[in-house]
Amino acid sequence: MTELPLIGEAIAVAAHDSGVRKLTGAKIGVVTFPGTLDDRDAARAVRLAGGTAVPLWHADSALGDVDAVVIPGGFSYGDYLRAGAIARFAPLMSKIIDAANSDAKLPVLGICNGFQILTESHLLPGSMIKNDHLKFMCRDQVLRVENSNTAWTLDYEAGQEITVPLKNQDGQYIADEKVLDALEAEGRVVFRYVGFNPNGSRRDIAGISNAAGNVVGLMPHPEHAVEAGFGPSSLDGVGGSDTDGLGFFTSVLNKIVGGAK
Amino acid sequence: MSTSAETVGRKFNIDTVENAAKTPDTELPWAELGLKQNEFDEVVKVLGRRPTGAELAMYSVMWSEHCSYKSSKNHLRQFGEKVTDEMKKDMLVGIGENAGVTNLGDGWAVTFKIESHNSPSFVEPYQGAATGIGGIVRDIISMGARPVAVMDPLRFGAIDHPDTARVMHGAVAGIGGYGNSLGLPNIGGEMVFDSVYQGNPLVNALAVGVMRHEDIRLANASGKGNKVVLFGARTGGDGIGGASVLASESFDDTKPSKRPAVQVGDPFAEKVLIECCLELFKGSLVEGIQDLGAAGISCATSELASNGDGGMQVELTSVLLRDPTLTPGEILMSESQERMMAVVTPENIAAFEAVMDKWAVEYSWLGEVTDTGRLIITWEGEVIVDVDPRTVAHDGPVYDRPYARPEWQDSVQADPFTGSVQDAGRPAAPAELAAAVTELIASPNMCSKDWITNQYDRYVGGNTALAFPDDAGVVRVDEETGLGVALATDANGRYTYLDPYHGAQLALAEAYRNVATSGAVPMAVSDCLNFGSPEDPDVMWQLAEAIRGLSDACMVLGIPVTGGNVSLYNQTGTTPIHPSPVVAVLGKLDDVARRTPSGWREDGQAIYLLGTTAAELDGSEWANMRGHLGGLPPKVDLAAERALGEILINASRDGMVDSAHDLSEGGLAAALVESSLRYGVGARIALQDVMDRDGVDLFTALFSETQGRAVVGVPRSEEVRFTDMCTARGFAHTRIGVVDAASGQLEINGVDTLSLAALREAHEATLPKYFD
Repeated sequence: MTELPLIGEAIAVAAHDSGVRKLTGAKIGVVTFPGTLDDRDAARAVRLAGGTAVPLWHADSALGDVDAVVIPGGFSYGDYLRAGAIARFAPLMSKIIDAANSDAKLPVLGICNGFQILTESHLLPGSMIKNDHLKFMCRDQVLRVENSNTAWTLDYEAGQEITVPLKNQDGQYIADEKVLDALEAEGRVVFRYVGFNPNGSRRDIAGISNAAGNVVGLMPHPEHAVEAGFGPSSLDGVGGSDTDGLGFFTSVLNKIVGGAK
Repeated sequence: MSTSAETVGRKFNIDTVENAAKTPDTELPWAELGLKQNEFDEVVKVLGRRPTGAELAMYSVMWSEHCSYKSSKNHLRQFGEKVTDEMKKDMLVGIGENAGVTNLGDGWAVTFKIESHNSPSFVEPYQGAATGIGGIVRDIISMGARPVAVMDPLRFGAIDHPDTARVMHGAVAGIGGYGNSLGLPNIGGEMVFDSVYQGNPLVNALAVGVMRHEDIRLANASGKGNKVVLFGARTGGDGIGGASVLASESFDDTKPSKRPAVQVGDPFAEKVLIECCLELFKGSLVEGIQDLGAAGISCATSELASNGDGGMQVELTSVLLRDPTLTPGEILMSESQERMMAVVTPENIAAFEAVMDKWAVEYSWLGEVTDTGRLIITWEGEVIVDVDPRTVAHDGPVYDRPYARPEWQDSVQADPFTGSVQDAGRPAAPAELAAAVTELIASPNMCSKDWITNQYDRYVGGNTALAFPDDAGVVRVDEETGLGVALATDANGRYTYLDPYHGAQLALAEAYRNVATSGAVPMAVSDCLNFGSPEDPDVMWQLAEAIRGLSDACMVLGIPVTGGNVSLYNQTGTTPIHPSPVVAVLGKLDDVARRTPSGWREDGQAIYLLGTTAAELDGSEWANMRGHLGGLPPKVDLAAERALGEILINASRDGMVDSAHDLSEGGLAAALVESSLRYGVGARIALQDVMDRDGVDLFTALFSETQGRAVVGVPRSEEVRFTDMCTARGFAHTRIGVVDAASGQLEINGVDTLSLAALREAHEATLPKYFD
């Protein structure tokens, strides 16, 4: 090993939760744009959940043999234009859009910049604008899991509250009232901010899904709450756990290998 | 993409070497470029003729204070001379390179450095602070390392001055906007408000990177025929003369706005540059590499050439430009950000270009390494620079600036806080002491810095084990073993004003202590010496004393200075800032899982105060709150610091403490409140034993800033082992209380009970009140 691997290269890190099933057969693609920042973290989360992380490059024209895709946080191509507005046109994105909409319904998770890219790609409705307080904000955020039937939330209970870090500049979720009403009616509001709305998002929405529940996007970062000693409880002393975000990754892995909830 | 189409056909009245030789009497704007008469004369002497316009541009920036350290060099030597074998043991690369490199073991090496970006951050806070991060990160990349974290010590003017908000909003947003986009966690720093920094804020930036030993890269151009390439962002008109004009002169109101001398940053370009450089290193595709910072191409070409074994020839019209109207001199001086220069063997050219293309990074081949010993720069083939690169990069002027102990120093030192007008009505009653504690932790310098740090990403990378407000930031380096590093930066301008020699040592002692409280073994030092004008003998004395103090203290603590930066001319008119040597200490943790946070959590744990307390209030936060600055700073006891450090490190390693917080500004009062607020867990404290043993009253026990102390939380099961260790080492330790998780309050005997909710409210309200 000559340096910390960018993404993908498996490192022998013991899973901290001995109850986690070994699911190394399941392959989760992790997309890297030139400005992606949390790709190594997302890959680590996949590994800690028991899966195999597969690096995907924005310029690739094929998706390859992956069972699900994570689009991590960062600044895709710099995002000097609206966040994700250019990234949706990346060669790889068109493959991801097709796969997400196909009968196979490829599970796709967009985190932060990934969520922004998913809305720009029209896989998810609405859009993100600058936080209402106009500042970048990094904090530990309590979320309520509103829908535990999506590909990425099967391992949570509906109504469960989890704590994961949130860090963004453009995290205010907006959509028109009709869209918001429809999201609520169809149970597609997957996460809601609890106690504090950190960016002015409509109806405290932190994350949503598509109608089929295979595509989920959220602003907070579950991949930063997957390892004891490096999560919100250790760093900031909030919440009882460092690993509330691990469920995203075990959920999709369980779904892929047909594990029951 | 190897040459720039738009440069073709550009015509200037080019001042060639040939022309310069023929026209010795041509007037040159050397004074406007910041050179003094004797320096210009020296350039003429070195060249044996007048310099060309391009050569003048190069010498003016490279011989500036910022690049040449001409006023401080004679003193800085001490960092290289006062070095013991113990200090050399783990040093892989010392002072002089872009950043020093320290051996971490297991084949890992770490490089870190702290630098100033003060002047640009006053002129244009957002870009100044942003490009400060950008510059220090490129220094780290240049060593072959992957940057893994940043920190930023800040010093601004009075919190209630109208201009402070401008600087605060801009600088914090700039550090966040740039750093957050690079994927580097911001793990700590400092924030001090003092009117001495009103017209001259200090924006320092630290970056740390890690690498395998075999990946260490140095800045030199060797091997005749190897190609010289410039890559990254294009060269524009920003930051022209930044080093000479901005950083090496003090501000006054009579000159025009210096905005054009501030660089503008593009963090996305830097992020891509990081990844693309790491890929170059991985493939061993570069022989030498240098970032472009102060003095831009002038610096990169002359340093690469003079550190190599030959010379260099460069065609300047090959530089890719953002602004095609730039003159050769401007191109040489431009400080456009996000650029790197590298030396590549001919056989690696194709592989190099493939990496550039993958990351969509622009590059242009400028020339090659020669065996002439000369740095030759041409413009469409005509020679405009022909110099010995050493004369540009290393043989600049060196000044033995006159210095003398200021006349006012004695009277300042003869004015202690105790008994002063400002000391009237010192709190003593329980209600007064409770109010004093609350006032302290709500004061500008002691209040919560969440308003700032919540604008920085501390999570990215997934390796952050401790971050602000813990005493030190801790980052994991190796996921397999848990090997990691801890970092802390400290300075106390007031202490250093009262006594520069000891003040600088106190900064080092505090950073050392902060690293040790996290459980890490201190290994190396980087310093950013922020001072006023070296042409003022008072300031020069402060600088000389601070360097002497720091280098002496490094010997005693056994840790070397591996790099840093000197920032002079930090003054408004003739009024200098407090001498502010910001000291960063880096430490090593074999397993970051063992690191010690600064707050307690477990109910019933014993709380111990380590070290003894004397009546030392001069220069303290309490005196500062009362508007007093005089007397002598707290005593320095480096042997005690070392002993305390060893106790904290051993206790961490053997699981004997669950929390540790150093005592510094704000004394025990601040440490108790911060340790309680860290995780929102209260405590019951009784200080009678301390007061009896040390002969101090309760106020002094709480607010004195005696050094060499820490507060630790000890699990009941470890108490005997822990106290035995302290006793065996002869280190004072007193059980002062117990963690009380259920109470939600901080109860100190003799002080009215403080609810944590009220303390938190007071602690966290200050910055939002002024800046939201």
